[in-house]
Amino acid sequence: MITAERKPMEEILEFVRPYSRILLVGCNECVTVCAAGGRKEVGILSAGLQMALMKEGKTLDVKEVTLERQCDPEYVEELVTYIDQADIILSMACGCGVQEIARRYKEKPVYPALNTKFMGASERQGIWAERCQGCGDCLLGITGGICPIARCSKRIMNGPCGGSTQGKCEISSDVDCVWQLIWDRLKALGMENRYEDIMAAKDWRSSRDGGPRKIIREDLAE
Amino acid sequence: MGDFEPVIVAFCCHYCAYTAADMAGSMRLNYPSNVNIVRVPCSGKIDVKHILRALQNGADGVYVAGCLEGDCHFKNGNVKAARRVAYAKKLLDEIGIGGDRVEMVTMSAGMGERFARTATDITEKIRALGPNPVKNALAKKRQS
Amino acid sequence: MKTESNIEKILASGQLVVTSECGPPRGAVPEKVKEKAEMLRGYVDGINVTDNQTAMVRMSSLAACIIIKQMGLDPILQMVTRDRNRLAMQSDIIGAYAHGINTMLCLSGDHPHFGDHPMAANVYDLDSIQFIQMVKKMRDEGKFQGGEDIDTPPKMFIGAAANPFADPFELRVARLAKKIKAGVDFIQTQCVYNLDKFETWMKGVCDRGLHEKVAILPGITPMKTAGMARYMKNKVPGMDVPDELVKRMAGVPKEKQAEEGIKISIEAIERLKEVEGVRGFHIMAIEWEQKVPEIVEKAGLLPRPQF
Repeated sequence: MITAERKPMEEILEFVRPYSRILLVGCNECVTVCAAGGRKEVGILSAGLQMALMKEGKTLDVKEVTLERQCDPEYVEELVTYIDQADIILSMACGCGVQEIARRYKEKPVYPALNTKFMGASERQGIWAERCQGCGDCLLGITGGICPIARCSKRIMNGPCGGSTQGKCEISSDVDCVWQLIWDRLKALGMENRYEDIMAAKDWRSSRDGGPRKIIREDLAE
Repeated sequence: MGDFEPVIVAFCCHYCAYTAADMAGSMRLNYPSNVNIVRVPCSGKIDVKHILRALQNGADGVYVAGCLEGDCHFKNGNVKAARRVAYAKKLLDEIGIGGDRVEMVTMSAGMGERFARTATDITEKIRALGPNPVKNALAKKRQS
Repeated sequence: MKTESNIEKILASGQLVVTSECGPPRGAVPEKVKEKAEMLRGYVDGINVTDNQTAMVRMSSLAACIIIKQMGLDPILQMVTRDRNRLAMQSDIIGAYAHGINTMLCLSGDHPHFGDHPMAANVYDLDSIQFIQMVKKMRDEGKFQGGEDIDTPPKMFIGAAANPFADPFELRVARLAKKIKAGVDFIQTQCVYNLDKFETWMKGVCDRGLHEKVAILPGITPMKTAGMARYMKNKVPGMDVPDELVKRMAGVPKEKQAEEGIKISIEAIERLKEVEGVRGFHIMAIEWEQKVPEIVEKAGLLPRPQF
């Protein structure tokens, strides 16, 4: 999923202060799963913002809406019913959702309530960790299903570097050395012999470095 | 400020604190009438949102009363409740309402006395803190 | 011979190589570079010039190498992949070679987390092994990494680092083998304090015949104080300082500790000279360059060969 975290309240309050009517929009997808921008978090943020402004002697009308998906135009269209009653839109989706709203509702300012973080997985309840950088040319097939691009601090493709210590990365004992994980996994799979194959310099064009990316499926595109 | 009577919302677990409140009643123990009890099936049922909504609607203080550690009828609802209370405290500090308006307490069903004392202590603590800062705006809004 | 490198010539003659290191200043002070390099004249065969070491901004390695080259000494251009993409690295390599610099060390570099710009983007377009491949391709095929021809390719003698003490130990020989496969000519290792473990690693290297394909120069760093020994043992990732060494340093009075540190380094060199596959030494006296001549002399590594 795409993970996110709520911005500090003060930063959000800065966005909101000049206005009195906001449309606060959550998203039912990834940000619901990572407890950052689903229906529940919309309610919490709404109460928090309203209280903060009440304390300042102001009132804030908040219309709370949580869309099925903020990154799809058909769902974002649903906001059309509420848009006229709002001065601004405050989005609790990832950056994709915020931009979809900006694209559709050109006359209203839209602000992000979240910081979008990374593509990750849930390690356990309440803990999410980065797993994929969307490099566009997946190499998990040769690294035992564990990604050095996303999970090595130096994205070393032929690791581990000299800083690997007792399974941990040199930058922090909270970070696993991904090359230790890869090696352990290759061993468990009986694929140790693969280790000495050099992974050649990556062609980063498939990644962000090639410019903004787009997928066109001609069988589906209308 | 002398005549300030705080409004307290107490989310009480059916299996402990709510029964303890009953017990306090049958023991004829006095506790402040400021405390408004909301019975919940488990303290773990309470979310940050419920705490915030109570404050937003004019409560001066909120507390969640769950079972003693290790005694939750649903295993660990009380532990979850404690974490949510901590989250709510942090957020309330961030927005200047003050996290100390919210507390997590624990007790067993038989602790009528503790229920009464907790109700008194928290009422007094909130009385000392003064009214919830949102109240003025709320009153204005209600007038209009 | 693949290059004009002094290091390559000495290795080819079968003699031990001695290299040392010079960290460029944190400012536009060429005198500092000259001063440090001058101390090493006649005592070492090549001077590594670090590239923003520990991710702290310093005078560029290339610029400091040029200063040292102009002094008639032999700089070794260190370059990390942390700060530059492959375009920038290749252009600097050509630039270095245009100034007569013919030996380099290919590293990934410390993560910016450790330095004075932890907020910087880290590049890591290549890792150290892909970096070695690139420099070798430039030299041997006369081609850029992207595939096009180079007009007058840079003939670099290619060095890299190895840390026999990092985890997992079982991969340490295998990773060296990957660097050799990529085309490395010589290896400077992490500071060697745990001689037993180093020898175990070297045995693994020799068992696979890797010592015939690459020249290994163990790293020697004298410890100034018992405090430094403890710090290196506990705080520096990938460093292995045995307890008895810390005890030995702590066992002598404070004013004698520096001398003891030098003695330990000399003993280490004497012992490692006898280890199969050791082709020289890389003496890194961190901010203590003036001690290098003494160590080289007392370890019986003088005179240095002249070509």
